[in-house]
Amino acid sequence: MEFFKYTRTFNFMGKSKIAMIISILLVVSSYAILATKGLNYGVDFAGGTIVQVKYDTDAPIKKMRLALKDNVLFDGASISEFGSPDEVVIRMKTTTGNVTQDIGDETRVALKGTGNFEIRRVDIVGPTVGAELKEKGIMSLLLAVLGILVYVAFRFEWRFAVASIVALVHDVSIALGAVALFSVDVNLDVLAALLTILGYSLNDTIIVFDRIREGVTGSKNVELEETINESITRTLARTTLTSLTTFFVVFTLFIFGGEIIHAFAFTLLVGVVVGTYSSIFVASPILLWFGFDVKNYHNKLAEKAKREAEKQRMRDQFESGVM
Amino acid sequence: MKLNYRIVIFALAIIFGVSFSMPSLLQTEDGKKITLGLDLQGGLHMLLGVKTEEATKSRIKSIAASVKHFAERNDILIDGLTFDETGVKFELLDNDDFPKMQEYLKGIEGTVVQDNNLIVSVSLTQEEVKKTEKQAVDQAIETIRNRLDQFGLSEPVVARQGAEKILVQLAGIKTQAEEQRARELISRAAKLELMAVDEARDARVSVMSESDAAAYGDIILPDAKNPEHKYLVHEIPILDGGMLTNASVGFDKNNRPVINFTLNAEGAEIFGDFTGANVGKRLAIVLDGKVFSAPNINERIGGGSGQISGDYTVVEAKDLAIALRSGALLAPIYLMEKRSVGPSLGADSIRASMVALTGGFVLVIFFMMFYYRLAGVIANIALIANLFILLAVMSLFGATLTLPGMAGIVLTVGMAVDANVIISERIRELIYEGKSMHKAIEDGYANAMRAILDANITTLIASVVLYAYGTGAIKGFAITMSIGILASMLTAILGTHGIYQMLENKIAKSKNNKLWFGIKG
Repeated sequence: MEFFKYTRTFNFMGKSKIAMIISILLVVSSYAILATKGLNYGVDFAGGTIVQVKYDTDAPIKKMRLALKDNVLFDGASISEFGSPDEVVIRMKTTTGNVTQDIGDETRVALKGTGNFEIRRVDIVGPTVGAELKEKGIMSLLLAVLGILVYVAFRFEWRFAVASIVALVHDVSIALGAVALFSVDVNLDVLAALLTILGYSLNDTIIVFDRIREGVTGSKNVELEETINESITRTLARTTLTSLTTFFVVFTLFIFGGEIIHAFAFTLLVGVVVGTYSSIFVASPILLWFGFDVKNYHNKLAEKAKREAEKQRMRDQFESGVM
Repeated sequence: MKLNYRIVIFALAIIFGVSFSMPSLLQTEDGKKITLGLDLQGGLHMLLGVKTEEATKSRIKSIAASVKHFAERNDILIDGLTFDETGVKFELLDNDDFPKMQEYLKGIEGTVVQDNNLIVSVSLTQEEVKKTEKQAVDQAIETIRNRLDQFGLSEPVVARQGAEKILVQLAGIKTQAEEQRARELISRAAKLELMAVDEARDARVSVMSESDAAAYGDIILPDAKNPEHKYLVHEIPILDGGMLTNASVGFDKNNRPVINFTLNAEGAEIFGDFTGANVGKRLAIVLDGKVFSAPNINERIGGGSGQISGDYTVVEAKDLAIALRSGALLAPIYLMEKRSVGPSLGADSIRASMVALTGGFVLVIFFMMFYYRLAGVIANIALIANLFILLAVMSLFGATLTLPGMAGIVLTVGMAVDANVIISERIRELIYEGKSMHKAIEDGYANAMRAILDANITTLIASVVLYAYGTGAIKGFAITMSIGILASMLTAILGTHGIYQMLENKIAKSKNNKLWFGIKG
């Protein structure tokens, strides 16, 4: 079976202006959502307490609210369903630093009489730890981007590196926008998903760039636009196929992975779609606009080859004792 | 069919993968296995902070206690012995005693002694404060580890994190009661102090305030059983639990559990001196700021042993003895982060992620077979080998599998086939160009190699950063991703190449590109 049989080159770059408008719209609206609605930081980053309770019937949320209402410990607690009607989480902004006093025990006592339940999870993250995790999280994103930038610049050319980073920022921004839009709890797993998107989207971009590099070095054609179009067309089958398999896999994770992995899978799902799009319509056009000069690149390559040849000649001469 | 080095390495890798992943897959008794993370097997994870300033305070307090004892033993008259968070202060009444006292104070390490008209102040040097704080953390780690080792859980993790945080991980905590017990054992200060009751003023304790008591150099402590009942005791203890050598559970004449303790030589001497000089008065046995008993001193008690009686169960007495034996916490600890997962939630998570893994895996396998025919089958062999090798490497390192780690494996399945997709596409292209089968395969691999390497290395960079900066469960994700990527280079690139080389002639002879690569022509 074949999705795309290479018969003619599609004119992707011809559509790049429309794509650019779409991208800018998406990124700008993502930042607008981030600025107005903001990210919904979970306990990992904001600090706070989470108690997950599972009932053997549907959770009596109203009764629970009543039971916790007058308890100082649960001041400002919010109760919401978690994945299924019999399971709920109680979220609080407060934390207790006392090792022996346990919010799980307190919850058990407070909820007595609301039905048969089991406390399945208690997460307490103190404010200093939350701040530290946030700092580390931002640091890891920056470091990953920097590491990738250096590697791509070293393997390709600086314009490739910058283009791929722009694509990465584009992807992460839109994924974050979606996370904010759907009020997904931002915890460590969402950060892991963002870093995975970095890796994944870059994979896609690099496969295309590799073809462009190959096209540029291998042909006499100096029109970069044509080379890019041809490269994208030739990698289209691979891009589609890999994106589809990854999409399927993440989708099963999203559907069957359970509530606790939901945020991770959701972020990744957005990332896979945006990442595929960006490697074709964001990274490559930027290469074009940055004025990557094929002629110049050819000259450089030729010069490099010449230098190598010269070196070799000198070495040969030296070895044969002429010098 | 011919053998080549690639297929041999691939076969060895499969044998390695299958044999070393077996202990984990079949949960055999012997062999190295993958450990399940706390989020999958249930357990308690805590990050504890240490209130190091309290350690400095108690160090100063013990200097005060030793000054007092020294003065009493050598008949040196001192007055107004007080201490605060910076140091100890007292007045020497007799000028002649000054050299002797100065000599003694010099012997106390890490202190600065100042005197002004016989008013002596002793404070800790900056380095000593730092040292004390560091010691407090070291000692807390050591103490908590000792206590947990005696608690009877398998492999408790107690480790330093950062400068003054302590990570405690207890897997296999099954019930709420067990968790509660563990938490109490960890956090118990277990600070034993023997203190003198201020007999002259104790009768008036009920009408005294804290500051009244402080004016006499006393503090008010509650009774352990009946908190309404208060005692007035001298703030500077006679001796503390640091001089304890052993503590064990015994039974009193009513067959109630008590704790017997013994003191070291120095402690025994101080204890003997004090009891000898204070016959008829009461001695308060204070544990963590509560008076457990305050027996009358009938005679001088030599030998340095004593008993703490209280209203506790055998289990409580046992835990208390463990805590006393493993030493007091020099500084109190507090909770910075806690994550506790019940075993049933862990089991649910395992089930859900297994469904996702199997689902994703089956989907990818069928898709590849459908799209690439036999080339897809070859890619699938590599994919399965990849999973085995991933599990084997994790087992060998005793790596921890967490829920995000499971997600990492699921993702590896998606991404590992990518290499084979790239290679197969390249081979198809070359076949269309009319190249010979040998050339199509060799050039296909050569052309695909650069892209695959670059793509994998960048993903690896992201994973390594994630590992370095991630905490807990996220580290698990980075581990499975990294191993998965590395294993995929072995299986998807080297392994499949070997299979193609082996079958090359067969493929060329069959001339059936539809069967082998899913294309016409």
